[in-house]
Amino acid sequence: MTDLTALQYTEEHEWVRVDGETVTIGITDYAAEKLGDVVYVDLPKPGTQITSGNVVGEIESTKSVGELFAPVDGEVVEANQAVIDAPELVNSDPFGEGWLIKVTAPSLPKLLTRDEYQALTGE
Amino acid sequence: MTDTGTTTPDTTERRSPLDAVHRAAGASFTDFAGWQMPVRYSSDLAEHHAVRTHAGIFDLSHMGEIILLGPGSAAALDHALAGRLSAIEIGQAKYSLLLDEQGGIIDDLVVYRTGEDRYMVVANAANREVVAQELVARAEGFDTFVSDESDDIALIALQGPDARAVLEETPGFGLDDGPSNDAEQFDAQLGALKYYRAFPATFEGEPVLVARTGYTGEDGFELYLAPDRAARLWEALTETGGPRVVPCGLASRDTLRLEAGMPLYGHELSRDILPAQAGLGRVVALTKEGDFVGRAAVEAGPAADAPVLVGLAAEGRRAPRADYEVYDGEGADATRVGVVTSGALSPTLGHPVAMAFVAPDAAEVGRELFVDVRGTRVAASVVPLPFYKRPA
Repeated sequence: MTDLTALQYTEEHEWVRVDGETVTIGITDYAAEKLGDVVYVDLPKPGTQITSGNVVGEIESTKSVGELFAPVDGEVVEANQAVIDAPELVNSDPFGEGWLIKVTAPSLPKLLTRDEYQALTGE
Repeated sequence: MTDTGTTTPDTTERRSPLDAVHRAAGASFTDFAGWQMPVRYSSDLAEHHAVRTHAGIFDLSHMGEIILLGPGSAAALDHALAGRLSAIEIGQAKYSLLLDEQGGIIDDLVVYRTGEDRYMVVANAANREVVAQELVARAEGFDTFVSDESDDIALIALQGPDARAVLEETPGFGLDDGPSNDAEQFDAQLGALKYYRAFPATFEGEPVLVARTGYTGEDGFELYLAPDRAARLWEALTETGGPRVVPCGLASRDTLRLEAGMPLYGHELSRDILPAQAGLGRVVALTKEGDFVGRAAVEAGPAADAPVLVGLAAEGRRAPRADYEVYDGEGADATRVGVVTSGALSPTLGHPVAMAFVAPDAAEVGRELFVDVRGTRVAASVVPLPFYKRPA
């Protein structure tokens, strides 16, 4: 079980797990539920430089398209192939197997705590 | 909208008589034409598949029901609507259109003849008021009384291959004119009920109109009844159906109707569209006697270069969606030939499908077109509608 208080969050409903200079990024359960069943993800390839605040990927459900905003500056080192093959992992395990990308980021911008994020979503 | 500060903004949300049932079932809600309606209960894909394989139950209480009563009702509808409603029998239903003087589509409707002098016109929730107003205005001079009874009629749809069995097994149904618990006679009527027919029945002694109609491409039923009976009927159907009956929200309703090639008002249909453009020329009874609103414009027909509705099928998983532009080529020099009105990754077929209005010279089946999917041109072939037809 993921300790959700150990993660950081963005106003765009991403979560960020920091492990040294490696940052794992996904979308929250709140975002996954709002989207509905995810049927397609388009993720940046390893080697892509990403800039905080820019759109770097797409998460499509049957009903709508969600954009993945880069929460940090850095370089993509891995895109989750399991999610590309089985996008429903975003719904079934958003904080675990449904992670989207890993990025090397030398420094982090200020992100939200769990409490701050929950205040944002009202949940 | 300007807030003058003198009045309280109208934040009233309309809620279905089944609202508490949906909340207890953990539904997510969406605003639909001012109504808070379930968008999904858990998974819209699971709900979609349930309707294709077993059965789904939908709350459609937001839809409008307008009743015409009186000896002039049939003639009034012949004048007001595009179809020949005087020709349908008691117990028959007909898909029809409310047109404006320019032939544009104000709404698409299902009209039930529930008596010699009585019709029920079912309108989209967003158009309920305008349909009621138009019918009142157009019925002037005819011997009929038009009343918007939407608030007094709830609607539950049970759709899918198991729908009939579940209805038969559900206790409490009887016939309107027989002993209220005569389940056998009810089952016999249900078994004999053809597509686009309806009969008056009872559920636990209270009236319910049982119609073999729907918006999913599957066999199924729509049940019209008093709002205060709706929760009881919903519970009875879901309890009897068990795992065969899955509560379904508007998200799955949309992908189901899209696969079935059925137009949705505000997407495929609008006041800017003549029936022939949307492939609905057959709905307009040009041979009927007397004038009807929109006749001259429909007879004149759309311009030769007016866009027409087509089906598009693509490969991969990136779906064309409403308002995406359609081109005749992949390159920057390609010409824009149309626009998508609805699209999704088809849950049943496993590839993207869409409906689009395209120029007539780009509309032939087999033609390869390209949809601009957020900056990427995705190839899509023109295919016949519907995308999905249920197994015979």
